Parts: sequence; C-alpha cells; structure tokens
Amino acid sequence: MIAQKTAKGSRSEDRLLSFVLLIAITVTLTPVLRLFLEGVTAQDRFSLSLMRDVLGQDSTHRALWHSLTTAGLGTLVSVLIGSTFAFLVALTDLRAKAALVFCLMIPMMIPPQITALSWTQIMGPSSVLLKTIGMAPPLGAPQPLYSPAGIILLLGVQHSSIVFLTLRAGLRAIPQEVIEAARISGAKGLRVWWQIIVPLCLPSLAAGIAITFVTALGNFGIPAMLGIPAGYVTLPTLIYQKLAGLGTSVLAEVAVLAMLIGFVAICGILLQRFFQSQQRVHLVGSSSRPLAIALGRARLPIEALLWMIVAVILLLPMLGLLATSLVPAYGVPLRFDTVTLSSWYETLFRQPATSRAFFNSFSLAIGTAVVLIVICLPLAWLMERNPTRLGRLFDALVDLPYALPGVVLAIAMILLLINLPFTDATLYGTIWIIFLAYLARFLTVMFRPIQASIRQLDPAMNEAAQSVGASLWQRLRTIILPLSAPSAAAGTILVFLTAFNELTVSALLWSSGTETLGVMIFNLDDSGETVMASALAMTIVLVVMALMAAIQLSARNLPKGVVPWQT
Amino acid sequence: MADIRLASVAKHFDGVPALHPLTAHIHDGEFVALLGPSGCGKSTLLRLLAGFEAPSQGSLMIGDTEVANAQSGQAVPPEARNIGFVFQSYALWPHMTVRRNVSYPLEVRGLGKAERIAQTDAALQATGLEKFADRMPSDLSGGQRQRIALARCLVSDPQAVLLDEPLANLDVALRASMQDVFSDFHKRTGATMVYVTHDQAEAMAMADRIAVMFEGRIVQLDTPETLYAQPRSTFVAGFVGEGTVLPINGIERQDNITRARLYGERIAIRTDADHPNQICIRPENINITETGDLRSIVQRSTYLGGRYRLTLQLPNGALLKAESPERYADGRQLGLSIQMPWAFTEA
Repeated sequence: MIAQKTAKGSRSEDRLLSFVLLIAITVTLTPVLRLFLEGVTAQDRFSLSLMRDVLGQDSTHRALWHSLTTAGLGTLVSVLIGSTFAFLVALTDLRAKAALVFCLMIPMMIPPQITALSWTQIMGPSSVLLKTIGMAPPLGAPQPLYSPAGIILLLGVQHSSIVFLTLRAGLRAIPQEVIEAARISGAKGLRVWWQIIVPLCLPSLAAGIAITFVTALGNFGIPAMLGIPAGYVTLPTLIYQKLAGLGTSVLAEVAVLAMLIGFVAICGILLQRFFQSQQRVHLVGSSSRPLAIALGRARLPIEALLWMIVAVILLLPMLGLLATSLVPAYGVPLRFDTVTLSSWYETLFRQPATSRAFFNSFSLAIGTAVVLIVICLPLAWLMERNPTRLGRLFDALVDLPYALPGVVLAIAMILLLINLPFTDATLYGTIWIIFLAYLARFLTVMFRPIQASIRQLDPAMNEAAQSVGASLWQRLRTIILPLSAPSAAAGTILVFLTAFNELTVSALLWSSGTETLGVMIFNLDDSGETVMASALAMTIVLVVMALMAAIQLSARNLPKGVVPWQT
Repeated sequence: MADIRLASVAKHFDGVPALHPLTAHIHDGEFVALLGPSGCGKSTLLRLLAGFEAPSQGSLMIGDTEVANAQSGQAVPPEARNIGFVFQSYALWPHMTVRRNVSYPLEVRGLGKAERIAQTDAALQATGLEKFADRMPSDLSGGQRQRIALARCLVSDPQAVLLDEPLANLDVALRASMQDVFSDFHKRTGATMVYVTHDQAEAMAMADRIAVMFEGRIVQLDTPETLYAQPRSTFVAGFVGEGTVLPINGIERQDNITRARLYGERIAIRTDADHPNQICIRPENINITETGDLRSIVQRSTYLGGRYRLTLQLPNGALLKAESPERYADGRQLGLSIQMPWAFTEA
C-alpha cells in the first residue's frame, strides 16, 4: 500500500516536471531558435545570401567595430573600479564594508538610460548643476559625454559591480590558511597579493571580465542616449534605428544583425563558463572567517578614496539629475526663486503618456513576477529532486535569454509572434509581446534564487511529509513553498526591479499605448523634455533604492546566494 | 632554535575571554603538546605564538626577541617571526608545484638559487617527497600533502614549529605513521615544537611535556608520565587516561605512609599535598579479590582484546573502571582493594 503510493507520487512528479519544463523551454528557448532559423533562410529555403549581404555592408562593419571597442574599453574601466573595490573589501580591514558594497551596487540596479541621463546633467553647457554653481562651459560648447569616450566611461561605471561580485566570490573561496601559510613563510604585503592571491583568483576575474564584456556589448540605453546624438552607432542602436525607421520590412536584415551580436555574446558566455570551471578546487580548508589584513596607517586614506569614488559615480550624477528635475525649464539655473516641483507634478499626475507608462511597467513587472514564481517554484524543486538529462540541459541554457543582449531577444520575439501560427492574428504591437519577452528574459532572475534555497533544503523534509501520506500538491503547498518563500520573495523583488526598469527589449517592442517607463524616459529626453525625463528618472531611482533597501534589510533571513550583491 | 616564554598572556575576543592570563616556559628543543577539548583556547594560544592574533594582555618572547607585548602594543608580524606553522588543512598553494610550495619560504627570503635548490632537496628528502617534487599538491594523498606542509615549514630552519591539529584530517592508520614522522623529525632537528591536539593518545605518544587546557587555562603542564600518575585536578584525571575521581577524608600519616578513608575503608595513598581530598583511581590501582573490603556490582564488561574493561558500581552509586583478564557476568558482586591511588586537593 505504502509502496504503491510512493510510486504513484513519483510518477505524478515526473509528469509535473515534464509539463513545467515544457512551458519553461517554450517560453525561454524557442525565440532564440526562431531567430537562428530566420537568419539562414530566404523564402522558406535554406540560404545564406541575406547573411552575406548584411555582413558585407559598411554600416555593419562600423557598428560592430564601435560595439567591440566601447564594450572592450568599457570592460577595462569596470575591471579597474570593480577589482580595486573587490580586493580591498574582500582582503582588508576596511570599515563599513556593507554600506560601501551597497552603494557600489546601486549603479548596477539603476537602468542605463538613467545613468546616461544623470551623467549628462553634470557635464556640458546646459547642466543645471554646473550653472547653479557657475561652472558651466559656455553655450555651444560640446557635451563631452556625446562621444565614444563618454560611452566607454559610463559602460565602465554601470558594470563595475559585475566584476566586483564575481571577483569577490572568487576571493572568498580562498581559504584563509593559504594566506596565513604564506605570511608565516615570510612573505608580506604585496608579495602575498601577487604570488598567492592573484593566481588563485585569476579564473574568477577572467570569468567576470567575459560576462561584463557581454553585458556591455548588449547595452542599449547608454549608446542610445550618448551615441545617437553624436552619430556614433553600435550594433544595438543600429538595429533600433533600422527597425524604428523602416518598420518590419527590414526584419530579416536586423535578424542577421541580431545573430551577429548574439554570436559575439555567446563566445563571451562560453569563455566565462570555461573560466568559471577553471576555478581551482581548493585543497581542504575553511573560508568561514573573512580575511582582514590590517592596512594600518593607510586605512583612513584608502577609505576616503573609495568613498570619494562612490560619491563621484553615484552621488554626483544623482545630484545633477535632482537639480535638473527641480527647475522650471531646461537651462535655467537652480536658485531659491527658481526651484519648483512642477515637472514632478506634470510627470507623475498630468501627462497621460507617463501615467500610462507607469501603469504598463507596473502591470508588466507584477505580471512577470507572478507568472514566473508559479513556473519556477515547482520547476526548481522538481529539477532538484529528479535530475533528468532534459533538466540539466535546461539548467545550462536558462541563463541565455538574460545573458544575450536584449535586442537579440526582442528581434527573436518579433519573428516568433508577428504571425501566430494557423491564424492571421499578431501579437506585435500589443503589450503581450513585451510580457512574453519579459517572461523569457527574467525567468533566470527568479529561478536562480529559488534554486539556491531549494538546494539547501534537507531532502528529508519532503520525505518526512511523503512518509505521512502528503500528496504532491500538499507537499508543495505546506512544505516547499513556506521553506523557500523568503528566496521566492527576494526573486520576486528582483524580477520586479529589473522588469520595472527595462528598456532594451521594450524599446524595440513598444508601440503607442504600450510604452514602458524605460521607453518613456528615452522618448522624453529624445524630444528635448529633459526636465521631465529627469523627474521621471529620479522617481524611478527612488523606487529602485527603496526596493534594494527592502532586500538588504531582509538579507539576514535569506539563504546564502539569494541576494545577488551578497554572494 | 629558541625557547618560548609567555608572561601573563591573555586574549579576549570582543571582551569575551578566550585565554585567561597564563605564564609558561617552553624550553629550547622541547616538544610540547597543547591538549584539551574543543573551545579550550589551545588554537588561540597557538595563533598568538604565530602572530596571527595579538595578545590582549601580557608579553611573549621567542628566543631573545620580544615578539608581542600588549602594554607597549609592539608586535612582530608573523612573516618576521621565522616560525614554521603546519595547518590542519595543510594550506598548500594549489597553483604551485610541490617543489615550489616547499621552496617558497626560501624564495621569499631572497636566497641564491643554488642554496635554495640544495635546502629544498634536503627538506624533500627528509620527508620522503623527492619523487613527487614536480607534481601538483592536488595530485597527492592526504598523508603526502601533510608531508609537504612539514617540509615547507622546516626548509627555512625556523626558530620553532607550531602544529595545529595536523593529523585531524587523516585516517587512523595514516595518523599512526605520521606520528612517527613527526617524532623522528623532532629527534633529528631538535626543533622547539608546539603541537595542538584534542587526542590524548597522540599527545602522550609524541610530547616531552603536555599542557592540558580547559576553559582558557592551562590546568596542568607536565610530562606525560606525571600527568598520568599525578593528576592535579578532577578534569585532568578524567581527561587523561580515564581516571575515576572519588572523595576521601580522614588523612593520617604514619611511618612515611599516608592513609585516608574511602567510603569508610582505610586505604594507603600517594600524595604530595598536605590535605588531599580527592583520589584518582586508574584501572591498575584496582585489585579484584573475593575478600576485598570495597563491595561492587558489575554493570558492564567490554572486551578490549586480551582483557576486559569492567564498569563497576559501588554501593553509593559511584562508577569505577577496572580491567580484568576474565569476564564477569553483569550483576555479579565483586570485592575490590584499592592499591596506592594518587590523591590531590581540589578546591
């Protein structure tokens, strides 16, 4: 009787697993597959002629070169900032590390178009902040950020936390004894760092560099805000310009461009996985105690320097943004008699387009989070309980829609949904195409934290419930859900945060009536409404920081590996 | 080589005492084991000697150098102490070959190449690692990794060698053979060695003197023989060699023989205290005789190979451990006579 029941229980688990996996694979991987098919066919037959044409064009070459240089040099900037912070935070006795790390993480969570907007507010002739303190360059002087160098700098700032996080995780895996052994052998200071620490963390640094490069390559917000005014086009902005200018007639052409950028990105991702696997398995040893090499007298100056960097890359642009959002019109200096909240009022309560964008982004973010939690919770649990080959394959590929540049996914989604099979209906131009794209893109954002917490669950908890006769649904509801709820909640907030701010995917998929907040800021700035764009951006920054603080405050109750900036 | 002097050294972590002030002298060339249950402060003491921690109080001398002084705040960092340290986890550098792991301390000291090779080879040979010199540590077994760690710490001719439970990660058979490696190494080099362990057999087998530690204090520092024969507290008597401690009274001295009363029976005792109030009864202090004055009941007998260990209950409920060549059935009454147990004073 009991044996029968267990057998039946595991059969129903198998069925559920296949079912959920099917949904998850359909949602995440079919768009990518569809894109690949488009690139290698013409009139429904295998052909590479289109590919040859597009790849031969000068504009393609130029955009590819621009993409590679900005992403490459931007990564270099990220490495400089991120690794300096990672080494100092992970190895030394700096004070207030948690606050420092939190501040360093904010640029990563702030959407790139807001980063770009805020930096342009502290430079150039019309900067409200510079005008207020009387340091603005004369009218007609160029905006220094509208240049390749500006794109590189901001890409570097935006992604330095990725380098920081991967490198710090690698440093934490080094057992403390290994470093003590070097010291007791007589090695000190920089020698320990150079001969012991650096070789041991090199694989994680390389992995961090690879993934930073891929992320920078796919960044749309920064080259769009800074590059388009300067006529400097990268691959994502080239795709955007073609699609925005010529509509779906160029779909096949941009599909090839998307494949090109997808190809470069996949090379980067493979490189990253290779390095990750190279991370040496350390010979026995605990890494429980965090390292705290005494900096001695250098501590205060180093702390001051690090906080100054944080102030420059975080506080200053935010001040610029705030100043711009408080003036009546762009270019007016901020004084006691000019300060006004009118643009805030206008943005938040008057403009129908912005209220619509708020509504759209809010419902998209909530909807995505809810659907993903319903998919991911049983999926993560079942995959952990019965590892199948299909499950492992899915596990290896689930990151792809998130790691691939957003434009690639957006083009893939258009191709997949522009003509629904067997009907004349189309989802292109509706909010549903954005919704489905978000499901594909953010599935991994929800899946990984839940997976991390379920891996740490004792399998006996489920078996105990099974032994007293609880059915699959009862166990999911009464055992698994409550135990993984904290991580699921963190995942929900993360999905909400990223979806709420999303620009790249929606920039290609929106149409009148389905604008998102990300698109709205971009459009407002594009049409010269910089003051309103700043007010809207400032609102979003405040929402982001509040949500991050909420996660941070609950971090103590979450399993390890759930909060992305607390690896 | 050098001696080590601790003068009222204490250590607090955030105000919580981990080590109470302790004063001790470890002689030049001596092998001292720090023995105690986990959390007794033995590893903290070792890390103080190495310089990974600074004392909260007191001062510490290695040879003629004062390496730490809490009052003046002066502290020689670990890299300048010329000390060897063998970690429980070996702490080998996974990115260096065995040879480079061993020669690293010489490299750091800036020795010439020829000299470096000669000394490294000598250290590899002393630990029987010559043929593994060009392998990576991850290719070797636990015992071999432990030898690398030992070779690395002896290559630079340190003033003292500190070992932090170096055998804890090895299996039982390997542990015995590594004990011989450590003992031989100590005999050959005459190095001052401080060895942390929670295993009393390990400490007894190797150490010249054992410092038994409990709750942040050294409760007794003596040779293994003295510790076993003359424990000075209930803790040491119970921790080293499974002694049973029972209360005594009515001390009488007559013709160089001291007698005391144990549950009403008069027995002769050994002691150096004026007013001992406890005795430590080891299995060899107990004779099983039909006519023994002390009556007991067999609770359990466990076969140890060649002999049995008996757990005996006295009429007042106290339990004794005795040994006997023959098995006795549970519940059987036995008479005991207690032969010259060690008596001490416990506050």
